[in-house]
Amino acid sequence: MSKPRVAIFDFAGCEGDQLQIVNLEEVVLDVLGQVEIVTWREAMKEQSDHYDIALVEGSITRKSDEERIKAIREKAGILVAIGACATIGGVNCIKNFQDEKFVRRYVYGDKAHWYNTYAARPVSAVVPVDANVHGCPINREEFVQILKALLQGKKPFIPNYPVCVDCKKAGNVCVLLKGQFCMGPVTRAGCGACCITEGAYCWGCRGLVDDPNMDAARELLGRLGISAGEALGQIRLYDGYGEEAR
Amino acid sequence: MSKSAKRELHIRVDHLTRVEGHGNIVVNVSNGKIEDCRWEVVEAPRFFEAMVRGRKWYEMHHITCRICGICSIGHTLASLQATEAALGVEVSEQTVLLRKLALHAENLQSHILHVGYLVLPDLMGVGSVVPLAGSHPAELKTVIRIHRLANVFSDTICGRTTHPQRLVPGGFAKYPKVDELKKLRHGLTEALSDLKEVARLVGSLANRFPAFSRETEYIALKSDQEYAMYHGQIGSSDGGTWAPGQYEEVTNEFCVPHSTAKYTKHNRDSYMVGALARFNLNADKLTPEARAVAKLFKLKPVCYNSFMNNVAQIVECVHSAEDSINIIDRVLDRGLALEDIPPIKVRPGRGVSAVEVPRGILFHDYQYDDSGTCIGANLIIPTNQNHNNIYHDLQALLPSLLGKPEKEIELGLEMLVRAYDPCISCSAHYLKVKFKK
Repeated sequence: MSKPRVAIFDFAGCEGDQLQIVNLEEVVLDVLGQVEIVTWREAMKEQSDHYDIALVEGSITRKSDEERIKAIREKAGILVAIGACATIGGVNCIKNFQDEKFVRRYVYGDKAHWYNTYAARPVSAVVPVDANVHGCPINREEFVQILKALLQGKKPFIPNYPVCVDCKKAGNVCVLLKGQFCMGPVTRAGCGACCITEGAYCWGCRGLVDDPNMDAARELLGRLGISAGEALGQIRLYDGYGEEAR
Repeated sequence: MSKSAKRELHIRVDHLTRVEGHGNIVVNVSNGKIEDCRWEVVEAPRFFEAMVRGRKWYEMHHITCRICGICSIGHTLASLQATEAALGVEVSEQTVLLRKLALHAENLQSHILHVGYLVLPDLMGVGSVVPLAGSHPAELKTVIRIHRLANVFSDTICGRTTHPQRLVPGGFAKYPKVDELKKLRHGLTEALSDLKEVARLVGSLANRFPAFSRETEYIALKSDQEYAMYHGQIGSSDGGTWAPGQYEEVTNEFCVPHSTAKYTKHNRDSYMVGALARFNLNADKLTPEARAVAKLFKLKPVCYNSFMNNVAQIVECVHSAEDSINIIDRVLDRGLALEDIPPIKVRPGRGVSAVEVPRGILFHDYQYDDSGTCIGANLIIPTNQNHNNIYHDLQALLPSLLGKPEKEIELGLEMLVRAYDPCISCSAHYLKVKFKK
């Protein structure tokens, strides 16, 4: 049996998710043993239009990118979005809430008309996506686990419970109990609550869980003196394309 | 009439491989005359300066580090310094030491990734690092060992390799443990001998780098005390220094008629930033082992061969490893303290920072209102500053390649751009180079 052919592509993003794949080091060689990487512009000169699995990093931010992602979708049997920019839109969507003319003028001045852009969006807003590897950046182990599941024809496990579950498991003191802001109660777990463990709070990079209890979250934040407006600003940090951010 | 004089040549390298981001090289030669030789950046712009307006001071480093996955530590540190300058926050000596370690970790990781995974395939005549697993397993394992150590290094200091969480305004949200630092110190001593092995390997292949030379200006941070990375004055190989707040006098962004790109320029047609620029300005401040490796390659300041940026990166890897060992010793000698973040009082104002990141000098410039909300931002990224120099280098290199087979010309031009280790997705948040057809 021939090995599944994998291609890696990127759109608007920082390429930090591809870097996590590189950072697998020797594990990458093991994974490489199971698949054949046929296109990966960032790492190799060879390129091919024949692939079974496409891994896509980055948001779609202009019309011309739509054509590219549609062509990729057509060729790939399985399309996997990797990283927050691809899965939920990520920080690129912050600008969606600003005046587009102003945004272009602010950055490019009187040459603003040279630069195409439209509201940033996740890959799934343009073409169907078969699996999401969430996070900013993605978690290397979760990436391997999802890829393995896909290679075995299984449905990958993607948690649909909040980061608080991971946070309890990690043994962290709750930042909300310390009176600080946190997106944990409504954000999809799977990261091991890494940011809270490292002394920050949950910024919401994995997007909201399905059916988040927003009323309870708002009430909780309200008790901490955080207004609905401020909370909305936090949702818009990563999940600006989602329903709750609009 | 020579063969090259009548040459018809049309090269188009779309989406140049083994660089970070999307760029094209376009060459048209008609009847031996170069009609077109250009470097296009087709990366999607991301508009970070506009994006951060309206965001709070404590979110700025978190958002701006997302400009680049490879230099996220550098962006974080530039962002923190700009915010701290604006809000008048003083950080402790230990914080500065640990932040310098964070920068070294990233420099080591980024450089070895570039030299080992992206440049070595060119020198060995293959398309990617993958075939090296079969043909040069020992050498590849050495590279992987260094790269993994560099990532452990970032993990130890910053809590994670990409988009670090421990680095916050005022200091550190969490500290490494003493035994982790000791283990890291041991790993760095081993990495030093691995790095020398990589240096010998690249040294044996260095004749594959074209003997190219084009005089240009080099811009990098300068300091009397050290090989400047974390702070210093802006320096030029043509002479002169400027405070970080005067960065606009050096960067001088401008538009050219045949391009929609904002270029930077100072004294000459263009200037270069990055490892070679830092080496050219600060070689005398390198650690002894790093100086020995420079000597192995006969690399001396001022070197005008842009291809030697790859070699300067190897020299800097050795410097980063050796200097990190010294810094860890200082941190441990002082006694690692679990310092609290100093109280930060919000005030209106502007703050500018200049930090050396793997690809060169990086500027963050923020303005805050009285609620600590960002009301203005300007970010000038190293690869932005290099685009103009890449363009002029391509123009200078092409005539010397014209007598060669097309494949070799293409490879030569690709290798030149790759030597800059361009971080296109960084630079394209700010500008997009497009040439008139």
